[in-house]
Amino acid sequence: MKAFVEEFKEQARVITRDLRHRGLIQTALRKYEVARDRRKGAFGNWQMARQAAAEIKYEAINHLDTYLAEFADKLMDRGTQVHWATTPAQAREIILGIIKSKNAKSIIKSKAMTAEEIHLNDAMEKAGYEVVESDLGEFIVQLRREPPYHIVFPAMHLTRDDISALFEKELGSAPTREPEELTMIARRALRKKYITADVGITGANFAIAETGMISITENEGNARLTAALPKTMITLVGIEKVLPKLEDLALFLPMLATAGAGQTLTGYNTMYGGPRQKGEIDGPEEFHVVLLDNRRTELLADPEQRDALHCIRCGACLNVCPIFKNVGGHTYGTTYSGPIGSVITPHLRGLQDWKHLSNASSLCGACTETCPVKIDLHHHLLQNRRNASEQEPSALERFAYKGFAFLINRPGLYQFAKEMGRLLEPLHKMVKGSKLDPARSWTSTRDLPSMPSQSFKEWWRNR
Amino acid sequence: MRITLFIPCFVDSLYPNVGMSMVKILEKLGHQVECPEEIACCGQPAFNSGYWEESRAVAEPVLARLRQSEVVVIASGSCGAMLKVFYPQMFAKTEWAEAANELSPKVWEFSDFLVSKLGVTDLGAKFPAKVTFHDGCHGLRELGIKKAPRMLLEKVSGLELVEMPDAETCCGFGGTFAAKFPMISTAMGEVKCSNAQTTGADYIVSNDSSCLMHVQGLLSRQQSPIKTIHLAEILANS
Amino acid sequence: MITEREKILRRIREALTLSAPFPGEHGHGLGNKAHGTPAPIQSAKPWLPAGGETVESQIEKFRLASTDLNSDFQLAASEEEAHHILAETAEREGWKKVATHRGGLCDAAVPKLNLPVMPTDDGYDVLEMEACDAGITECDALVAQTGSVLITNTSAGGRALSILPPHHVVLARLDQLVGDLTDAFALLKTKYHSRYPSMISFVTGPSRTGDIERILVLGAHGPKKLTIICY
Repeated sequence: MKAFVEEFKEQARVITRDLRHRGLIQTALRKYEVARDRRKGAFGNWQMARQAAAEIKYEAINHLDTYLAEFADKLMDRGTQVHWATTPAQAREIILGIIKSKNAKSIIKSKAMTAEEIHLNDAMEKAGYEVVESDLGEFIVQLRREPPYHIVFPAMHLTRDDISALFEKELGSAPTREPEELTMIARRALRKKYITADVGITGANFAIAETGMISITENEGNARLTAALPKTMITLVGIEKVLPKLEDLALFLPMLATAGAGQTLTGYNTMYGGPRQKGEIDGPEEFHVVLLDNRRTELLADPEQRDALHCIRCGACLNVCPIFKNVGGHTYGTTYSGPIGSVITPHLRGLQDWKHLSNASSLCGACTETCPVKIDLHHHLLQNRRNASEQEPSALERFAYKGFAFLINRPGLYQFAKEMGRLLEPLHKMVKGSKLDPARSWTSTRDLPSMPSQSFKEWWRNR
Repeated sequence: MRITLFIPCFVDSLYPNVGMSMVKILEKLGHQVECPEEIACCGQPAFNSGYWEESRAVAEPVLARLRQSEVVVIASGSCGAMLKVFYPQMFAKTEWAEAANELSPKVWEFSDFLVSKLGVTDLGAKFPAKVTFHDGCHGLRELGIKKAPRMLLEKVSGLELVEMPDAETCCGFGGTFAAKFPMISTAMGEVKCSNAQTTGADYIVSNDSSCLMHVQGLLSRQQSPIKTIHLAEILANS
Repeated sequence: MITEREKILRRIREALTLSAPFPGEHGHGLGNKAHGTPAPIQSAKPWLPAGGETVESQIEKFRLASTDLNSDFQLAASEEEAHHILAETAEREGWKKVATHRGGLCDAAVPKLNLPVMPTDDGYDVLEMEACDAGITECDALVAQTGSVLITNTSAGGRALSILPPHHVVLARLDQLVGDLTDAFALLKTKYHSRYPSMISFVTGPSRTGDIERILVLGAHGPKKLTIICY
């Protein structure tokens, strides 16, 4: 198997030359930016709201044991079955166990990144169940047998023509260029699935400790249908999703909507506190909540980067990231892409295998500036780089930096190096951009400045 | 005021005119300028690559020398961020921690120093051209410098400032990133250049020579007529 | 035997023995500052989008938000007028059958439509509900700040009635209009005394998607139309 870093570089090489992709993503994200800025303008004070949100998340994460236990107990009080999973394998086993015990055949799913994280669909399909993604974007990428491109906009890399061709091939529908018609094709296909599905699976955006509720944010109504019609409902939720109080949502729901999609509020924000209760008209007979760790506790144990667990998965950092905009979501090869993915993937899947994502950043800080819960994202990339080189330094890099320090701390030697540079410059022009050029990674696309005859220091000494 | 001017290594060897312009401006304003011979680099390349120990080897002499300074003006937002923001982090829990914390408030990026510390915006400069300003990320986000360079440019006679779309988006330089991931860095630079070109400007101006080196490198390869220039060079032009 | 719950909680407790930097204090040394619990959410109210102080300004906010959301907001001067608007809507949309639930506002309005009605209160057939042209419900509150309708499965005839039929019609009284989300959560607390229904939902506009080229399409899975008749 090729190293993840080589795969990343290879894909990046191809996609950064794909001007159609570049244009598509830029256009989509420009629309987002305009909407987001308009909504942000409606806030009394966006910066203060960010601080308030960060402080609530800080409270929740730094007392996670208390809030998580409260969340689980409150849910159980009203008849919800709460399951705990340390590993993805455990989570899959729990969910498959529930499905099996219900003799279920078909499963309807609403968007859940945690399910992507544990490759739940693969496991269910392998076990012989029919699983249908109901969120339109997820439905599209599921038909394409590829992972979501973006945590909020799963199909943003596709045009209407791509989708029309896909539906024609997979669903036998007539080709169309109307997004509305395409949406209706999916609506009709999925309606039948809701009615017949035995089990509904969802994720959750928040877990409310005070009242024992999960909260789901969506625009399409697919999660509401998933939580209304099937007899069994399963919600998979990461342990970091906790908020202390129900009313905290008064802050988090508008912030998630604004940062995530440039909306005042997302179409449906729904809290579920249990299965159908006595005296209630409808709803699932059984409600299962599966709490997933999957190395979140390891991230929790790193106080320097603990705030990465504040993440509400709004995707705002992806939307402003110039790296993401140029390489796109799939190049990362991870469940979570963009800056937050580059920060947490080394913790979730191994530092040495995934440190290249932290290196593949200009550290511009646009992510940190935009994050609604003030995660110190780009500085965490620096910390990942430091941790990686402390753990397993590259001999070549270390030698180079030691040599540089030796040189730069000796003014005479530094002066000599500059003079050598000037002497060698004409020689470099002969090999520039070729395989012999030691600066090839720069010069294959960019010119180098020519060295002036006198450096600043020489001028200063002689003035 | 006695000003210690820190001319970072790449400005020293590749863009001496930027440093010379700064000396000219500061002296014209009546200040005494010193440029210590023993200070050459802030140590950022090693720091950004994760080699903090090797970076400290470069940074310790800098810290030792600049301790004595009354005020330090630095010719790059990026190197400024290194001294002001990252030294305290890199030296935390070392014997240099206190020195790093003491130095931080004395460090100024050049344009910020003129506007916020000296309260000067009009330097009597002339530069008859249409320009667009690129915000270097470290100056913008680590140091919070957005208005100062624009206030200075507005007072330059004959100069027309046009904002480009996404002026705050990174040009793709990012230090060693440009060499480690040249394909991404180049794509980001191309986006930056095409945004700058939509303004019809003659020059892309910045307060960071490192961004300009990257942008200029792409522009000359594309044989684009648009040129790059450091803010100090414009301000020193009369 | 130690349960998985206990294992995870133990790992959490162990991880939390080291304290983390407070938000906004990164790079200033690690968590040596004492901080209390965050201020109650009411104190964040001024930072959020405003909901309006007076009833008039709240109506105005709700109206503007509705336009923005493609919700059909109808403010009637009387109950009679509200019923008239409902009847007009039924005629314009060509409804043949509607689904609804028992409740003061629905009971007074729905029979006047003279259409076949499917009530959900004592159980219902999903296919029959899906075939209805509209789901007519009451609500707990209208939220001026966001243009949202706050429903629960108790106030709005179950979980499905407001999401399955292609047109969701909400009947509300003007005194149900509240300023913002903090007011809405306070109202829920008072109304249900912490014995919350198993579903609470803020419905903000008709069902929508932007998944194809970020172009807005209404009626992705839920109702294509949302009508709010308030009096």
